[in-house]
Amino acid sequence: MATKLTRSNGAGWAFALPGVFLIAMFIIVPFLFGFWFSLTNQRLVSPNPTQFVGIENYQNLLGLAVITIEPERDDKGQVVRDDKGEIAYPRVRTITRSDAYPQYSGMREWFRWQWGDNANVVIASDVVFMKALANTFIFVLFIVPLQGGGALLLALLINQKLRGINAFRTIYFMPVVISIVVISLLWRFIYDGSDGLLNNILNVLSFGLFQPVDWLGRTDTALGAIIVMSAWQAVGFHMVIWLSGLQTIPPTLYEVAAIEGASGWQTFRYVTWPGLRNTAILVLIVITMQAFALFSQIDVMTKGGPLDATQTLVFQAVERGYGKQDISGGSAISVILFFMVLAISLTQRFLTRERKYG
Amino acid sequence: MAHVKLTSVRKSFGSVEIIMGVDIEIDSGEFVVFVGPSGCGKSTLLRMIAGLEDITSGTIEIGGRVVNDLPPKDRSIAMVFQSYAIFPHMSVRENVGFGLTIKGVDKAEKEKKVLEAARILQMENLLDRRPSQLSGGQRQRVAIGRAIVRDPSVFLFDEPLSNLDAALRLDMRMEIGKLHQSLGASMIYVTHDQIEAMTLADRIVVLKDGQVMQTGTPMELFHNPDNLFVAGFIGAPRMNFFEVDAAPVGNGAYRIGAPDVAETVVTAKKPLPEGERAILGIRPQHLSLIDDAGAASADQGVLTGKVALVERLGTETIVNLSLPSGAVLIAALDGDNPVAMGSAVTLAYARTDAHLFAKE
Repeated sequence: MATKLTRSNGAGWAFALPGVFLIAMFIIVPFLFGFWFSLTNQRLVSPNPTQFVGIENYQNLLGLAVITIEPERDDKGQVVRDDKGEIAYPRVRTITRSDAYPQYSGMREWFRWQWGDNANVVIASDVVFMKALANTFIFVLFIVPLQGGGALLLALLINQKLRGINAFRTIYFMPVVISIVVISLLWRFIYDGSDGLLNNILNVLSFGLFQPVDWLGRTDTALGAIIVMSAWQAVGFHMVIWLSGLQTIPPTLYEVAAIEGASGWQTFRYVTWPGLRNTAILVLIVITMQAFALFSQIDVMTKGGPLDATQTLVFQAVERGYGKQDISGGSAISVILFFMVLAISLTQRFLTRERKYG
Repeated sequence: MAHVKLTSVRKSFGSVEIIMGVDIEIDSGEFVVFVGPSGCGKSTLLRMIAGLEDITSGTIEIGGRVVNDLPPKDRSIAMVFQSYAIFPHMSVRENVGFGLTIKGVDKAEKEKKVLEAARILQMENLLDRRPSQLSGGQRQRVAIGRAIVRDPSVFLFDEPLSNLDAALRLDMRMEIGKLHQSLGASMIYVTHDQIEAMTLADRIVVLKDGQVMQTGTPMELFHNPDNLFVAGFIGAPRMNFFEVDAAPVGNGAYRIGAPDVAETVVTAKKPLPEGERAILGIRPQHLSLIDDAGAASADQGVLTGKVALVERLGTETIVNLSLPSGAVLIAALDGDNPVAMGSAVTLAYARTDAHLFAKE
């Protein structure tokens, strides 16, 4: 079947060949390999032959259950409490290692909450993966409004005819052209627990009242610190996209708003924001995708720590595939990430589709 | 309805002066057209009246109130832009009622005013459409509707028809004219199209390089242009100009002569500077075919030339004549004139229809 693509354009194909070859070698083939490896027990280096294991890798990653455990009771049926008055529960492993519950075998506690006297414990086959999953979602959830909104704010400020405005544009855009690795290294110093810039500034601003915090060394601040730094790094990039969107809005629309006496907020609401609709979709999708791929900052700043507080999916995929030589496990994580991002993009495309007006 | 008065209004961007001292008075309910070539400052002047550009010096009064420092919304004006400037994400109803939404007018009141504007413009059936579903003419109608809803004392139009095709332009031109009659508000209309100016205006202000060249009713400008620029700008086809020698013969009259123009006496509107050459202007419409130079009456001047091109428009016949000196003359003759290409003809004009200007 000769189509326009195959008919007598050998020269065209010859020109395309190097590009097609490179794309195939480095994107398409690895992509397909990833799917295949995730269904095997492939290791990076191993004397044993590779075996097909079906969806075992996925089961190992995604296994999740909630178990309810009752408090320990003494002979009289009273709830046993420890020295601090907390209710004592049997250890989770009495269940996960019990032959009576083969379905929970090998699972470990992720987190728990109390319900009356009982404790509900969420157990997962792979707690680290679950933490990485949760952290990645938290990261996305915060970074999208922070980075998108921050960039819009900057763009609105920059989009004015003021003397020297280009200097500001340059300054805001600078972090974008600097390697994320370098930035991560610098911010490690800023976040330093003993003598970091951030601690020093807070100390000066509070007249010495502020106690230094090891921002990257605490489970409750590490992810937040990385979110703020990541937002700062890419905000300039999205500012430029917003800026290009702002400049497509015809100036006469603003003049109409001025003639009608619209306030600053009304002008934004009725003129600027509707005019930025397509830009907003683009910015939203780009930030979301980039956020799901969070890796470099983690690798340079925390290595997923402390106590897995900054584990992310991509970091875990790399860590497993190369650190632990578990290529199949890493591939499975990559495939899961791929489907998540695909689902989110499709949802966004659906929600922001061009509607027909009747 | 309000009286608009501009007193020695100037505007400069940096060291470049765009408007060089303009004085204009516009009566209540008057339809005034600013006309001029592109870059003459007519749009800037309109935007200064609207308050979208600040003025460097001078005063602008609307309804007896100096509005130099008032924001646009407080000037009691409404403006219609060349690009329509309607909001693509709003329906026609929302667009027309935009000003009321901004003011927070309640729904019933808003609906009433929007319907009233829609009725005036005969676009009730379009209210629920989006701008993308409208033609250019309909979009401009929406923009005019939005202006009507503002209930301004002065309507400002900035080349509102320039983005429309020729047929639509004609329709909309008539509608704007009717609108002026029914609303009775003062209107200031900017255009580079002298036909729009002639057809719509009560009074025309001709601008060039930031200065007023002449102000007057369309027919005043047509019949008595003050200067070469106005003479050349108003009227289509353009007035024919010849450089001539002019010798004063008293009472403002001059004996003129040139290679292409038979010697005759013409009265100048303004005295010419002595000893300099002058420009004779004759409108194409004022020329008529005669058998030969001898047949001309005493109060006629004559020209002879060879027909280079004939354009038959039905209503009139436009003849390009090449004169002995090589200059080109355009004559607008009656529609069924049998004049043939290549033939030598003699044209006559009434001496009172000829214009004599100082050479600039």
